This record gives sequence, C-alpha cells and structure tokens, in this order.
Amino acid sequence: MNASRSASTIVAELVTAFKTRGRIVIVGASLAGLRAAEALRDEGFSGSLTIIGDEPHEPYDRPPLSKQVLKGWVPADHTKLPRVRAVDAEWRLGEAATGLDRASRQVRLASGDQVPFDRLLIATGTRARPWFNPKEAALDGVFTLRTCDDAARLQAALAAGPRRVLIIGAGFIGSEIASVCRELGLAVTVAERAEAPLVGALGGVIGNIAAEMQRDHGVDLRTGVAVEALEGDAGGHVRRARLSDGSIFDVDVVLASLGSIRNTEWLEGAGLASGFWGVACDAGCRAFDINGVVTDNIFVAGDVARAPHVLYEYQFLSLEHWDNAVFGAQVAAHNMVSLEADRRPHLPLPAFWSGQFGVNIKGVGVGPFGDEIVITQGSVKERRFAAAYGRRGRIVAAVTFNHGKWLEYYGALIERSAPFPPPPPGFDQPADMHPVPAEFPDPRAPTALPDVVLTGHDPTERGAEFRPGRR
Amino acid sequence: MTPDTAYAELMKFENRADPYPFFDELRKTPVARVANGIYVVTGYRELMALAHDPRVSSDSRRSTAALQPAAKARPESETNPMEAYGSARSMINSDPPDHDRARRQAMQFFGPPHSPDLIPKMEPDIQRMVNALLDKAKARGNTRIDVVDDYAYPLPVSVICNVLGVPLKDEQRFHVWVSDVFEGKDLGPEAATEEGKRRSEKARASAEAITEYMIGLVEQFAREPGEGMLSKMVNEDGPEGRMPPGEVVPNALLLLVAGHDSTVNLIAHCVLTLLRNPGSFELLRGRPELIPGAIEEVLRLQSSVQFFPSRSATADIEINGTVIPKGSPIFLMYGAANRDPGRFPNPNQFDPERRDNQHLGWASGIHTCFGGPLARLEVNIALEVFLRRVVNPRLVVDPPPYRRSMIFRGPRHLLIDIDGIRD
Repeated sequence: MNASRSASTIVAELVTAFKTRGRIVIVGASLAGLRAAEALRDEGFSGSLTIIGDEPHEPYDRPPLSKQVLKGWVPADHTKLPRVRAVDAEWRLGEAATGLDRASRQVRLASGDQVPFDRLLIATGTRARPWFNPKEAALDGVFTLRTCDDAARLQAALAAGPRRVLIIGAGFIGSEIASVCRELGLAVTVAERAEAPLVGALGGVIGNIAAEMQRDHGVDLRTGVAVEALEGDAGGHVRRARLSDGSIFDVDVVLASLGSIRNTEWLEGAGLASGFWGVACDAGCRAFDINGVVTDNIFVAGDVARAPHVLYEYQFLSLEHWDNAVFGAQVAAHNMVSLEADRRPHLPLPAFWSGQFGVNIKGVGVGPFGDEIVITQGSVKERRFAAAYGRRGRIVAAVTFNHGKWLEYYGALIERSAPFPPPPPGFDQPADMHPVPAEFPDPRAPTALPDVVLTGHDPTERGAEFRPGRR
Repeated sequence: MTPDTAYAELMKFENRADPYPFFDELRKTPVARVANGIYVVTGYRELMALAHDPRVSSDSRRSTAALQPAAKARPESETNPMEAYGSARSMINSDPPDHDRARRQAMQFFGPPHSPDLIPKMEPDIQRMVNALLDKAKARGNTRIDVVDDYAYPLPVSVICNVLGVPLKDEQRFHVWVSDVFEGKDLGPEAATEEGKRRSEKARASAEAITEYMIGLVEQFAREPGEGMLSKMVNEDGPEGRMPPGEVVPNALLLLVAGHDSTVNLIAHCVLTLLRNPGSFELLRGRPELIPGAIEEVLRLQSSVQFFPSRSATADIEINGTVIPKGSPIFLMYGAANRDPGRFPNPNQFDPERRDNQHLGWASGIHTCFGGPLARLEVNIALEVFLRRVVNPRLVVDPPPYRRSMIFRGPRHLLIDIDGIRD
C-alpha cells in the first residue's frame, strides 16, 4: 500500500512539476494554435509557452476571408479571433519555423534562433496550392486565397471592377468566390477539371446541383476543362487565359483555388511521419515517428494533423474543418499535460459549412467515404434538402442545402453507423428517395510518390528512412 | 409509482407549484406510455433525438392529443380566402415544407437577414418601460408589490403589441380570453369534473372570441395598412410571396400569445428563483455580467413551456429500447429533460454560473422558439433594472399561487416585500 501510494504521489508530483515548470512550444499561430494555448492555460499549465507563427498577424479567422471580406463588408484585417482567455505566451510572429531537432528538443527558426521545448504542438496548417507555372503565377492579377493579406489583395482587385474574373478550381473556396463575384455584379468564369463543382468533397450528384446553382446565378461554368496558360500584357498584368478545349478569353483577375498544401517541409529530417498527407498522429494527437511509432512529446492539431478515425474503419483522415482545429487543439492541450490514464481521444464527427449563391451548405461525416447517396428530405429543385451518404448499408455522411436544422439528426445516425438509407421522413418527402451512386472521383488515383523506404536487415536495425528529392 | 400515476399527478393542479418530483418519477422510464396511448418523453437525450427526428410530426391534425385550433370562427368560403380560417394551422402545429415557408415569411419582418435591426432597436423602449413600471410602483409608495401584475406582465405584453401592431388598448379584452383558454386547456383529471367542463366550455368560447378578434384586426390591416409585423405579413411580398391570409390569423395569435406569456413566466421565475436562493440576488447585482447565464439557468429549471402536445409518430420509432408505435401522440417534456441528472449535474440546483447549459427551454430543432432573441432582450433588461433598483426584496408566500395550465406554467401572482425602490 505504502509503496503504491508513494508511486502515485511521485507521479502526481511529476505532473504538477511539468505544469509549473514545463516548456511548451506551439508552432502555428492560427485557430488551432491559439485555442491550444488557451486550453493549456485552462488545464492549469503555468510554465513557459511560446507560440511561433510565420505570418506577422495575430491569430485571425479564415472563413470570412472568402465571404464577408471579399464582399467588402469587413476589412481583411478585421477578422481577428476572439480570445477565450489570456494566454500569457511569448509570441514569435512573423518568424517561420524551419526545422525540428527531436534529439535536443529544439525548434529552429528562420532567423537561426533555437527555441527549446519539453513538449511541442505542431499546428502549422496548410497553405494555398499555387498556380503550377511560377511565371504565370507571378503576373499581376493572379491570386490565391488563404491568408488575410491574400484576401486584402483579392478584395481590392475585385473592387476595382475587373471585366472578367477567372476562377480555376470549383471546390468550396472557388465556388464561394464565384458567388461573391456574382453578388458584386462581376462577370466570372469558373474552370473545373472535374465534371462539376464540389465533386471532391460532395460527389457528382451534389456537384450537378451546385453546377446548376452557379449557372442560374450567371456564372460561366466550364467543367471537364483545364486552364493551360495565362498570358500577361507588357506591364506584367494577366490579360488572357487559354483552356484545354482551345478557348481563349480575356480576364483581368485570376484566382487559383486548387486546394491546399500541408505545411510540413520544416519537419524534413525530423524523423516524424510527415509529408504530403500531413503529420500522422494517434487519436490522442500524439505524432507518429517515421516508423509509425507514437512519440511522447510531440502533438499535432488542426489542418496538418492526420489521425485514424474509429467511424471510418480507422483510416487516417485529415479534416480541414474549423471545428476540427478547435476540438483537436483542446484535446491535444489536455493530453500534453496529462498522463496516460487521463488522456482523451479526439474523435470528432467531422462537420463543415459553406455559403454560396444564397444557399447555406452544411455537412457532417465524411462524404467521400461513401459510395451511395440518397436525397432524404425536402426539394432539390427548391435547393432546400438533406441528403445522406452510405457505404455498405451504413450511413457515413450527410449534407444539407438550406436545411441545416436537420443535421443533428443525421449526425446522431452517423455516430451510430445506422443503416443506410435512413428511414423516410414523415413529411416533406423528396420526389425520389432511391439511393444512387454518389459519383466521387476514384480515390486510388495517384497523388504523390512515396518517399519513405524501409531500411536495415537485423530486427534491431529495422526502420524507415525519408528519401527526399524523389518528387 | 407507475408512469401513468406519475403523469396523472403531474397534471393535477395541486402539484403545479412543484411538478418536479413527478417528472423525476416519470424519468425512470425516459420514454413512457401513459393514458390515451400518449408517449411522454422526459430523458434529455431521448427528447433531443425526437425533437430532431423527421419521423416525428408537429402537424396537430395527425395527433389525437394535440391542442386543436379554435373552432371555425366563420364558415369556409371558396371565394374569399380571408374567411377560410378553419383549416389553417400556425407554424408550431405544422410540418415542413409549410412550416418552413411560414416561418420564413414571418421571420422576414422580425429578424435577420431581412430585418436585423428590429429587436436591437427596441432596447431603449424596453429600458424606458421597465423603469416606468418601477417608478409607478414607487409612486404608489407600497412596500409590497406583485411581481407578476406590476412588473412581469405589463412589459412583454406592451412589447409584443408594439412589434405586431396590435392596439395596446385591446389588451384588457384579449388578456381575459387568453387566460380563459389557458385555464381550459387542462390535461389533468380535473378536466372531467363539472367545473373542468365549464372551464373547457369557456375556453372554447374565448378561443373563438380571440380568433374573431384577430380576424377583424387582420382584415383591417388588409384594408388599411398600418404599423407592425401583422400589417406587413398581410400586405408585403417577400422572396416567397405573402403568407396566405388564412394562415396569418393562427400565426398572429401564436405570436401574440407565445410572444408575451412565456416571457411573463420567465421574468416571474427569475425573481422567484433569485429570492429562493440566498445570496444569488446580491451575486447578480454585484456581477451583472452573470445575468444572461443566470436567466438561461432559470429557464432550465422553470421552463416557461413545460411541454408541448403537438407531436406524433409517423412511423414506428425505436428510441432507447422503446418502440413508439406509428400514430402515437408524443409529448416532449422540456421541463423534465431540463432536470435530467444524466445531462445536468445537480439538476435541481440553481447555479447561475453553470457551464455547458444547453437546456431545452427554447425547444430544439426546427420549432426552436421564434421570439427567443426578443425574449432574451426583455428579460435581461427587466432583471438587470430590477436588481439595480429594488431594495431588499423578500418573498411573501412561497410557493406563490400558480396558474392552472401545466403547459404554460407560471405564477399567477408573486408577492414580495421591499424596502424601497431606488431612482
């Protein structure tokens, strides 16, 4: 008894000592980084806390950047995140992290400074994928949108009244911006390689509805085409675009909305399971090393994290959603100052929203995990409906168009892996309640070359190795 | 105690001041079948699930236990839609798509995105009204006031009349009708007594009278547009056109009645709860930033609408091991779920600083309280001014006398003794 009591006392003292004297570094000063810092203080962590961010700005909210900011309702620098509490941290803003030395537990900064830590949270998020041709990307009038500086520049360009805006890529960001352009009365062409907008996230059935919405609102939507070239004038301003179908037209503003790239380059050589897909971690937010062994002192949260999800056959999922950043940061913070018995899993029901063409789109679950879809409530024609995604007779996701109040019901079904299709509603039944193929692109299409190899022959030497430069 | 017995006790008028022990009994079976095949839902999670389940209808025509709209005030007419009131239902008793369309058609004259300023702009008026009520009480010089009649009732009824464009001078008439209707909507054993039948008959007559009154008002606005929401609902087109005239009347009645009665109950219960819990009056007066959370906590403990009897199952619905058969009436008991110990720790305790207080006092799902933002503004101002100005209030009788209705539950009077009213 005495021995066990003293052991638990020692453990409790260790936790207290860490909470008082530990050093925690958070790399990434956006939503996940800020909420993690706040949660750490809520958890009673009073040690030193350093927050490193490559942007010079205080943490700000990104969802308004593609909506209210571009419409001109809110200046781009007015979306600072509300603070939940004081964090008493050392902020190193405008300083990019460039390296991680796990052996000496130090983060290296672009300035050459080294920041030591006892525990590290990686929350470096993603950045906008740039236009593939650097020369064309450098033309005036060619934009991407991820940061508030991006939003300020794009807003100014839209406010200047361009004759035509070209949006390359009809995901959520591209579609939202096309919607804003129409609200501003601007002529806009959307070029999408897939057969419809939003296909990657919501599949072809919903994509076709989104395509109709765009066209009804006067968007010149061109699907199944690629943009082959952007041409500038003598002053270096973009003026023309050439598509793969041979068409050429004049543009004054081009937005490349081609998805995101995870900010993991700074981790090269650190021996973590990081790369194209993000930083792999367990459901408790602890990073895996390159061998797939969980680490003790490095945690991951937000867009850059990639963790196995119970509901989705333990597949590793990256969830680039707002609330995933918030809840993941809270769990990571809790686990950073807790021992194993007190740790919590981050098992979010993925949820997202978008606003475009007067329609509030909300979703729960992971649509692309499903292969079938059924409209469950409302009217597609009136663009107020709910739809459920299924896989092997189980519901895995749902999406609503102007029908968000029903999402909680579908969320509960998804959490229980309830049968698909769900039972018909007692009212407002859609015209057709038969499941159909959801028409997602084939996930097996190669997206990256492997750059990790297995090495060693003796079992004690066996391990994985990162071989950069093969991409 | 069987669920049947607990339900019967719950509905008895003698238990109105403290129905909660019977809710606790009922909650031992979170989804329980009681008299008349009614399924009574008292568990928080079960209620939440059913409030969001599209197999649960709110169409009062589908439920054998629902409050039916007032008897047809006029014969239906093919030629004059203004007279076709008999079959129309208000949004609280309707399902999508009609519910959604009606709610949007009403909301466009009440809240965002079309009318974002209406509620915020009422703040100065509300401030003036509550201060005037206390000035009046002060001028009378009594050390005893009735929180219901002198304070909680006059504010919301003036506000809703103003919002809707209902003449405040008519208040004395419709107040009697509304009281009669609530007295007569008795779901307890007393309904079967001679007096109960008399009350029920009186309720029917008063429901007809208030419907007739509202028809007159709506027709008058159709002839001669005026100020307020009702006139706009009758006369102005929105993105989805105008609400059918026959629907304007039941929805106008809903907004008028629900628009003040539940607020009265909430203000009265706020004062009652603070005075029942020593120290909390002083706590909130010293830290007014706690007032909004404390009001939510009162609403959790003393829901102004304890339950609503409109719903029914459109299919066999399995919930936590119980199957509610198709066609069964479903009563969502907000007042019980709000004290579910599986959801709220120490559920019977008033904790003005309670966190994670996602109570069901405003309901949940598509029928979430339409006027909630207005009610919040009114009650916040009313309570804040009361805390600041009323000196040393004490309850005279506890429990206070309650009104008969179990659905719309609140004190009939709330007498307090005070040492004075500050300027």
